[in-house]
Amino acid sequence: MMRYFLRRLAHAFLLIFGVSILAFLFTTLAPGNYFDEIRLNPQIAPETVAALRAQYQIDRPLPLRYASWVNSLIHGEMGFSFAYNSPVAPLLLVRARNTLLLTITATVLAWGIALPLGVWSAERLGQLSDRMITWGTAALLVIPDLALALGLLVLAVRTGWFPTGGMASVDFENFTLLHKLKDLALHMALPILALLLSALPLLVRHVRAAVAEVLGAPFLLAAQGHGISKRTLLYRYALPAAANPLISLFGFSVGALLSGSLLIEVVMSWPGIGPFLLEAILARDLYVVIGGVLFSTVFLVAGNFIADALLYWADPRIRTESGSQ
Amino acid sequence: MQPLLRVENLAKRYARRNAAGGREDVLALDGVSFEIVPGTTLAVVGESGSGKSTLALCLACLEDPTSGSVWYEGKDIIKLAEKERRKIRPQIQLIFQDPANSLNPRWKVLEILREPLVLRGGISREEMKERAYSLLGRVGLSVEITERLPGELSGGQRQRLAIARALALEPKVLILDEALSALDCSVQAQIANLLVELQSSLRMTYVFITHDLGMAEHVADEIVVMNDGRIVEQGRVEEVLRQPRQEITRRLVAAAPRLARVPMAPIGR
Repeated sequence: MMRYFLRRLAHAFLLIFGVSILAFLFTTLAPGNYFDEIRLNPQIAPETVAALRAQYQIDRPLPLRYASWVNSLIHGEMGFSFAYNSPVAPLLLVRARNTLLLTITATVLAWGIALPLGVWSAERLGQLSDRMITWGTAALLVIPDLALALGLLVLAVRTGWFPTGGMASVDFENFTLLHKLKDLALHMALPILALLLSALPLLVRHVRAAVAEVLGAPFLLAAQGHGISKRTLLYRYALPAAANPLISLFGFSVGALLSGSLLIEVVMSWPGIGPFLLEAILARDLYVVIGGVLFSTVFLVAGNFIADALLYWADPRIRTESGSQ
Repeated sequence: MQPLLRVENLAKRYARRNAAGGREDVLALDGVSFEIVPGTTLAVVGESGSGKSTLALCLACLEDPTSGSVWYEGKDIIKLAEKERRKIRPQIQLIFQDPANSLNPRWKVLEILREPLVLRGGISREEMKERAYSLLGRVGLSVEITERLPGELSGGQRQRLAIARALALEPKVLILDEALSALDCSVQAQIANLLVELQSSLRMTYVFITHDLGMAEHVADEIVVMNDGRIVEQGRVEEVLRQPRQEITRRLVAAAPRLARVPMAPIGR
C-alpha cells in the first residue's frame, strides 16, 4: 500500500517540477517584462530602470534565475512581486484561500447533487423524467460559462437578491459572527451557482451513464433476487460498482471547477486567484504568474491524488493488483 | 401431487426500436403455461431468443410479465405488491449463465456469502461465518478461498459459489438459466452432479433452462420446448426426446450429439 502511494506521490512531485520549469520558460519567452512599461514613463530616469532591473536580477541567465526562485520557494516566498513590492507567497495565499472556498464548496455541492440526480435518472432510463434531465443537461452544456455568469449577474442586478460582486459587504468588520456568515454566503451564492450550472451537466450525465451500465449486471439482478430493496440496490450495490470512472472524473472535475472558477471570479469580481492572475499577466508580474500557475497545478494534482486514493480504497481489485506488483 | 409453481398464460411484450427508428413490439413470451411438482426438475429448452431467459426473470419476480399468472404456494406472485414480492424472491433463486458477472467483482467470497445471510437477519457475525463455511463445504469448495475475489476463482468455482449463495437463502425453487453452458465439459458434469445431490438432500425444485438437450435429459423429469415465446411441446423428458412431435424439437434433438450416442456416464442418481 505504501509503495502505491509513494509512487503516486513521486509522480505528483515530478509533474509539479516539470510544470514549474515550463511556466518559467514560457513566461520568459513571452515578449516584454514589467520594466518595459516603466521605461516608457518619461518621468523615470533610464538609470533608475536599470537599477531596478539589476536589483531584481531580471537580466541573469534563466537557469540561475530558476535556481534562486527554487531557493525562495524553499524559504516560503515563491519569488517577488514587482507590482506589490512584496514576496509572492503571502499575496497568493490570501487569494488562494478565497478561490478554494469557492472551488471546494462548488465541488462538494456539484457531486452532492449529481450523484442522486444521476442515479435517479439512470433508474428511470428512457422515461419522461430521465429524458427531461437529459435535455436539461444538454441545454446547460451548450451555454458557455461566461454567458451563464453574465446571465446570473443580470438576474442579481434586476432582482437585488444577491450582491453583484466582491466577497464581503463594506462594514463586514462590524458584523456579528452569524451576520458575517450570512453575508459571506450571500456573496458566494452567485459564483457558486454559476460554477454549479457549468459543472453539473457533465457530472450528472456521467453518473447516469455509469450507473445505467451496471444496473443491467447479473450480480445486481441476483442481489435483487435475494430480496433487497430498490434503494439499497441503487446506493449500496450499483453506485459502488459504477464508482471507478466516476472517481477518475472527480479528479478531473476538481481541475475543471478550478479553471471555471478563475473565469467566474474575474466576471463576478471575487477576490481570488483569477483576477490576481489576470492582473499579473497584464502587468507581466513574472513571479506572480508562475505562482498562480503552480498553485493551479498543485490543486489539480491534489485532486487526482485524492481520486487515486479513493480508487484504492473503493476497489479491492486495485489493491490486489498493486499488492502483487 | 400439488404443483409448487403453476404458470398460466404468461405473456411478455417488449417495445423495441427497429432499424428504421420506429417502435415495434416483440412478444418474448406468448401464452406460456406449465406446472412444476415439488422436488422435481423441469427442463426448459429452446434456441436462443425463444424466450427462456425472460421466463426465468418472470418466475424469479425480477421482471413483470405483461399478462398471465404465476401461482406459488397458493398466491399469484405477479399480482403481489412490491413489498410482498420482496419476501417471495428469496424463495425462488436464479443462477445465471456467466458466474463471472453474477458475483460482485469487488466483494470477497466471504462477503458474497454473507450478503444473503445479512438480508435474512437475526444471525450473529460469528454464526454467519460458520454458515458461510458450511455452505462452501456443501458445494464442494474449500474454506481457504474465503478471502479471495471472484476474479481469482475458476469458472467452476465461481458457479459453485453462486449456487452456495443461492442456497444461503434456503430457496424452494432454483432456476438455472444456462447455468452450465459457460463451463467446460468436465466441470459441467461436476456441477450437474452437485445439483442432483442437492436436490435429493434438500428436496429442491429446479427449473433447468438450457439449449443442451443431453444435459436436459440427464437432470430433468419433465421438459418444455419453447420457440418464439411459445411452448411448442411438453411432457416427460424421455418421451419428448425419444419421439419428438414438433419440427423444432427434432431439430434440437438432431443438434445434440450426446443424445445420438446416448448412454452418457451416469451422474449420481
